[in-house]
Amino acid sequence: MKMVIVAGTPGSGKTAVLIHALRNLKQRNLNSAVVKIDCLFTDDGKKFEKIGIPTKVGLAMDMCPDHFAIYNIEDMIDWADENDSEYLIIETAGLCHRCAPYTVNSLGVCVIDATSGPNTPLKVGPFLSTADIAVITKGDMISQAEREIFRERILEVNPHCKVIEANGLSGQGCIELAEEIIKSPEVSLEDEKLRHSAPLAVCTLCVGETKVNKKYHRGILRRIDGFQTYEGE
Amino acid sequence: MIIDSITIIGGYNKKDEKEPVEKIDINRGEIFGVVGATGSGKSSLIGDIEQLSQADTFSKRKILVNGEEPSYEDRTNPRKKMVAQLSQNMNFLADMSVGDFLSLHAKCRGASDKCVNAVINLANTLTGEPIKKDHELTILSGGQSRALMVADVAIISDSPIVLIDEIENAGIRKHDALKVLSGHGKIVMVVTHDPVLALMTDRRVVMKNGGMDKVVGTSEAEKSLSKKLNKIDEFMLSLRDKVRHGEVIEDVEMGDIGL
Repeated sequence: MKMVIVAGTPGSGKTAVLIHALRNLKQRNLNSAVVKIDCLFTDDGKKFEKIGIPTKVGLAMDMCPDHFAIYNIEDMIDWADENDSEYLIIETAGLCHRCAPYTVNSLGVCVIDATSGPNTPLKVGPFLSTADIAVITKGDMISQAEREIFRERILEVNPHCKVIEANGLSGQGCIELAEEIIKSPEVSLEDEKLRHSAPLAVCTLCVGETKVNKKYHRGILRRIDGFQTYEGE
Repeated sequence: MIIDSITIIGGYNKKDEKEPVEKIDINRGEIFGVVGATGSGKSSLIGDIEQLSQADTFSKRKILVNGEEPSYEDRTNPRKKMVAQLSQNMNFLADMSVGDFLSLHAKCRGASDKCVNAVINLANTLTGEPIKKDHELTILSGGQSRALMVADVAIISDSPIVLIDEIENAGIRKHDALKVLSGHGKIVMVVTHDPVLALMTDRRVVMKNGGMDKVVGTSEAEKSLSKKLNKIDEFMLSLRDKVRHGEVIEDVEMGDIGL
């Protein structure tokens, strides 16, 4: 089993790019299966079904969507096995980007929208810096100069990643992504680990606190001036 | 990398028939046109060249560079990109001043900071409304943006191939813009419906049903017509400036065009 984990900002074109790439795998008689993770609602599943790819939708609801994806990886692999799929593609919800949902032996694909501004690659953190492939979308809407700056900024953050400039509408660049998916390593779940630890997230908000004032908050707390403290037992 | 020529080897059209044009060689400094009706496959031809496709796109075309197949590395390493693009759909979205933006771009391409003024000066020869270093990029007009993109591609982006996709309504001196690009030793391909641009190319390929239907060489008569069309274009630009500056145009002296 080969596992591809796709992360990216909402609306960056993850689904559009994947549809073109998976259609290409299908033409080569390679079976893939897609799990689409989202928070409350998605109808992206239907788009994958339309091109004849087994699709499962997972809604994280009250759980952190990246944690939900990681927690369910075993089940997803079992499900892909049942469907005789050689490639399991997990499309994550893509929200805060502070988490990098890639595991060590998966192919980590980060989809990033070129119209989001030249500083975006510097802002997003491990979701880009630990990816194997950065897919840049919507490059046709900005100037050549901005494209080059964006590309360079990505390589500044992640010098070892492969950059693919793709167009989710025309499918340009998606065959290259399919090639990389085929080349990716086999994954087994024994000892499989995340590439990057998630932020320290046990906090009062996690257990349902809704009050805003400082005095109600516990856990690892960081003030805007940079002072970090631990409040609690 | 120095590119002396690119070769397009024909593939298949939308009906899965072999393209009538089997092979086109385009040389350094040449301006090559791509014409055809909407949906005839102009953009997909440009797309094939942009990715230096090797029979791996829908058209199954192959693109050779200096007569040889480019390596996988040359095709996919983003720092080695041979192709720069300019199109009507492109906008400047970066929230920066013109000067800061150009020096950032120059830095990314390993070019000297001196280019910044050169780019602005060149851009100002292509548009009627002067661009200043401290202008915000996002408030530039369509014409200023297009002029700045052309000058930036000519001077800072060192990609040897430039693909231009329909810049007809841009409000810039199109003739000069193409000359600027080909003058910098680039291979320029221009997709256009505009006779001013189409007739100033050396040759043009006519697209039909997704395939390259034929190649037309620009005749001497067309070339001299192109000069006249360019004068009309300049005249329109000068009227545009007058309108822009609040002048009243009640009568134009057609003799002013100097045909």
